[in-house]
Amino acid sequence: METSLNSRRNEEAHSDYCGHNENCEPRFPYGGRGHRDPVAGTPAIAVCGLSARYPSAIRNALTSVSITVNRGERMALLGANGAGKSTLLKAIAGLVVPLEGDIRLLGNPVGACHHRTVYLPQKSSIDWKFPMTVTELVMTGRYVHLGWFVRPRKDDYTLVSAAIERLGITRFSDARIGELSGGQQQRVLLARALVQGAEILLLDEPLNAVDEETRSIVDDVLAAEANRGCAVLLATHDTGSLTESFDRVIGMSDGRVIYNEVPSAIRGATEAEESEFSHVRKLLAFRGQG
Amino acid sequence: MIDLILEPMNYLFMRKALIASLLISMTCSSLGVHVVHRRMAFLGDAIAHTTLPGLVIAWLNRWSLFFGALVAAVLTAVGIGWISRRERIREDTAIGVLFSGMFALGVVLISRTKSYRDFSHMLFGNVLGVSNESLVGILIVTLIVFVGLGLLSKELMLTAVDPLHAEVIGLSAEKTRSILLVLMALTIVTAIQAVGVVLTSAMLVTPAATAVILTSRLRRQMLLSVVLSSFASVSGLYSSYYFGISAGGAIVLVCTGCFCCTFLIQSVLRRRVH
Repeated sequence: METSLNSRRNEEAHSDYCGHNENCEPRFPYGGRGHRDPVAGTPAIAVCGLSARYPSAIRNALTSVSITVNRGERMALLGANGAGKSTLLKAIAGLVVPLEGDIRLLGNPVGACHHRTVYLPQKSSIDWKFPMTVTELVMTGRYVHLGWFVRPRKDDYTLVSAAIERLGITRFSDARIGELSGGQQQRVLLARALVQGAEILLLDEPLNAVDEETRSIVDDVLAAEANRGCAVLLATHDTGSLTESFDRVIGMSDGRVIYNEVPSAIRGATEAEESEFSHVRKLLAFRGQG
Repeated sequence: MIDLILEPMNYLFMRKALIASLLISMTCSSLGVHVVHRRMAFLGDAIAHTTLPGLVIAWLNRWSLFFGALVAAVLTAVGIGWISRRERIREDTAIGVLFSGMFALGVVLISRTKSYRDFSHMLFGNVLGVSNESLVGILIVTLIVFVGLGLLSKELMLTAVDPLHAEVIGLSAEKTRSILLVLMALTIVTAIQAVGVVLTSAMLVTPAATAVILTSRLRRQMLLSVVLSSFASVSGLYSSYYFGISAGGAIVLVCTGCFCCTFLIQSVLRRRVH
């Protein structure tokens, strides 16, 4: 019952954002990939026994990782630098080829419904010096619906304007992306994710070095997206708002999942579980001192 | 004054040279903006230089010089990609190795013919001697490049600014770069006829670099770059006619002069503002 409700919410969410409801599929899709519908009754993200290694590395970046994120669920990925959070997000986004294991997105293999998946990289992977305006960068979120050779249409611009307004960056819409602050850059990337109308949001540390206003806007937008049936998987170091902002927390260390709990369970962990949750506890303690 | 402008146009070779240099400068400069933003200037220089052995081999066997140069350019582009794919060797190192190696091969091949004079037009260009067939070739390449840039503008922009997002939506940044490299190879091979192997990269980079200083919008940069390089072509050709100097050298010198003036004026203005 809940699944069918979520599925309906997904379709509505997709229709709201996709400006071309009748036929979303581009005539010349990128990579020759057509759009595939979600498989009913399947989770948004299902990762099973995933191991991955970078070409030049001697050891695995991920080892036997298994997680499930349901539609409408917000999941936080916690862990120190090098724990494997970014690699896991990249593998789900199709940027890292797994050594073994299986990844299913809305019941399909990675890449089968790439227009329904959005990946927000760390800001450093984007060339912010490129001569591009905020509107142009947000518009790149529509490209997956346009495909080769097709230029954005009026309804694409309408969607872009709406997303820019929603993220509170209207006054920067004609500004160069290189002129923005870190928080504004993050809002621009989130606006781009919104115009894509994706149902799976993969966010790599979007809350790093951003101001309180941006943090609050990002929180609100992600909550609204989850309510619409989107699955959110977010890598973060920030443990301050775990209970309010996330349904579950996955802890990672050395390329492995070391816990997968509801946030309150992490706060109320027993002494016996101390070692298991040590990373989160250290972070919470550090934050408490600050 | 009007006589000074019209007099060179009484000659067919000057009319053909003007059309050829305008087409070449427009193609180079519009593509050059992408080359500058993607930090591919060194690659452009390398591809230009590595066409030399292709040109010499084609000349010795009486094949088409255009295709000789094109094959060498494409082989270089592919070779650089192949070598730098191995993580131990970075792209700039691969470019440095192939650049000098291929150019040396060209020099050795020229030395075997015992006549450097025959190849001077390859090294320094000869736009005044452009043939009808070459003119048609230049026109076709210009059309291909402009159509290519027009059709792929959003893909080129996205893969330059955020290649990861491009990959996630199924748009291969590597393939888009390869398309850009092919367009670059075509452009360079035609530009060699105007300014030669040695100066081609200047046509590709200098007007675009000047435009980047003057404006911060991509489309305006492309437009300005085309205007600047067209001005350089016309003024370079006229300088060549009236002062008896090398047309290719004059065109590149005007481009460089525009860049230096713009850079200096901007530096002074910035200092005043601060």
